[in-house]
Amino acid sequence: MSLIELQHVGYQVDDTLILQDINLSIDAQEWVTLSGPSGGGKSTLVRLIASLLSPTSGTLLFDGKSVEDYDPIAYRRRVSYSFQQPTLFGQTVRDNLSFPYQIRQLPFDEARAVRGLAYVGLSASDLDKGVNDLSGGQRQRVALLRNVMIYPEVLILDEVTAGLDAENRAFVWSLVEHFNQDDKLTIIAITHDQAEIDAAKRLITIENGRIVGGA
Amino acid sequence: MNLAVNNQSLMLALGLVVIALAIGWKEKLGIDRDMIIGVVRAVIQLFVVGYLLKYVFRLNNIWLTAILILIIIFNAGYNAKQRSNGIPNALPISIGAILISTSVTLGVLMLAGAIKFIPSQMIPISGMIASNSMVAIGLCYRNLNAQFRQERQAVLEKLALGADLKDASKEILRDSIKTGMQPTIDSAKTVGIVSLPGMMSGLIFAGVDPVRAIKYQIMVTFMLMSATSIGSVLACYWAYRGFYNDRKQLTV
Repeated sequence: MSLIELQHVGYQVDDTLILQDINLSIDAQEWVTLSGPSGGGKSTLVRLIASLLSPTSGTLLFDGKSVEDYDPIAYRRRVSYSFQQPTLFGQTVRDNLSFPYQIRQLPFDEARAVRGLAYVGLSASDLDKGVNDLSGGQRQRVALLRNVMIYPEVLILDEVTAGLDAENRAFVWSLVEHFNQDDKLTIIAITHDQAEIDAAKRLITIENGRIVGGA
Repeated sequence: MNLAVNNQSLMLALGLVVIALAIGWKEKLGIDRDMIIGVVRAVIQLFVVGYLLKYVFRLNNIWLTAILILIIIFNAGYNAKQRSNGIPNALPISIGAILISTSVTLGVLMLAGAIKFIPSQMIPISGMIASNSMVAIGLCYRNLNAQFRQERQAVLEKLALGADLKDASKEILRDSIKTGMQPTIDSAKTVGIVSLPGMMSGLIFAGVDPVRAIKYQIMVTFMLMSATSIGSVLACYWAYRGFYNDRKQLTV
């Protein structure tokens, strides 16, 4: 059974059809790459999967059950969505890495945060660094780390490497590789980067609100 | 009483409105009509209220006093709602928040013996409390609307990380409550230095010893702090859920 299954999913705002008749199955631990022209509906599709929006037609199943039947908060803790050009919260890196614990009313696992920072090329002393003192690449790494401080089952990445230089892009991608290979997270990643598209394990192309290739 | 405002002096004071109208006309502010409507309404409303209060004060009936207080609260709630710009359930939220903030504040003042349940005290004090609460709630609504739009992505990111609605909205709530209370805090800071507020000025004007007048003003400052804080907190906490749907998705 697929972990995520979309059956004839559509999404429209007033009279504008943004997505139509999307049929897609994603297995656990799979890595799916979504590409296609801007405005084609990719971000809307992943927002539906992340339950930040609800489909206006069709059915979206997670683990065999309609997403609408899950408590949205609990569901989003299992299916985590990382934004393009993320916003960092509060003042410091610590404020961001402790956020997932804070919302679950759990004590902050500082040791894990320090290990995570080392893994993304930052140091323990960066924990109290101001978020405004971080470079673009560092911000993206901290945001990504924030999504995986407490592991979700599915990690959705919305153009997380856009705007990064080649070095940072490769770094972030190797991180995602690690999450997928070693930590067995299911990855759904939107990208416009040709190298990432070429390296995709499973590529799905979305255009004008429809899947036009790869499903 | 050493007040000398009679009908004739009021007519002469109307000249002040003419100055305002002339400025509005010369600068093409396009507010002449609003200004005239405002002046006419103010005069009519105040005259009606003056005669009504005279009657109510003379009657000194508990139920009539209570009904008038409720009318004040309803009007304040209705006006606060006009600032809500589409926030769901803004009318019951506004009325509820103003009702509670006014009741708690009046209750404490009565228990403290500062005022008695007589119309000449309850009605003006309720009006002051409700109107300040109304302004605070209006500011809260405006800030909630602005912040939920401005901070949309941050809210979405918090939701996407599995935050519940309160955690996702915490900063916006805090900021909105602060915005609602800010004018009261600012005026408390400058009271007596920048302005001699209405109640105190009125008492001094009517010949009351300024030292007695300030005691009333201190009481007013305390009660307005309480009213605007209770009103802002309740309105913000009741209203912010209106920015989400039942699937806990942000709808702005």
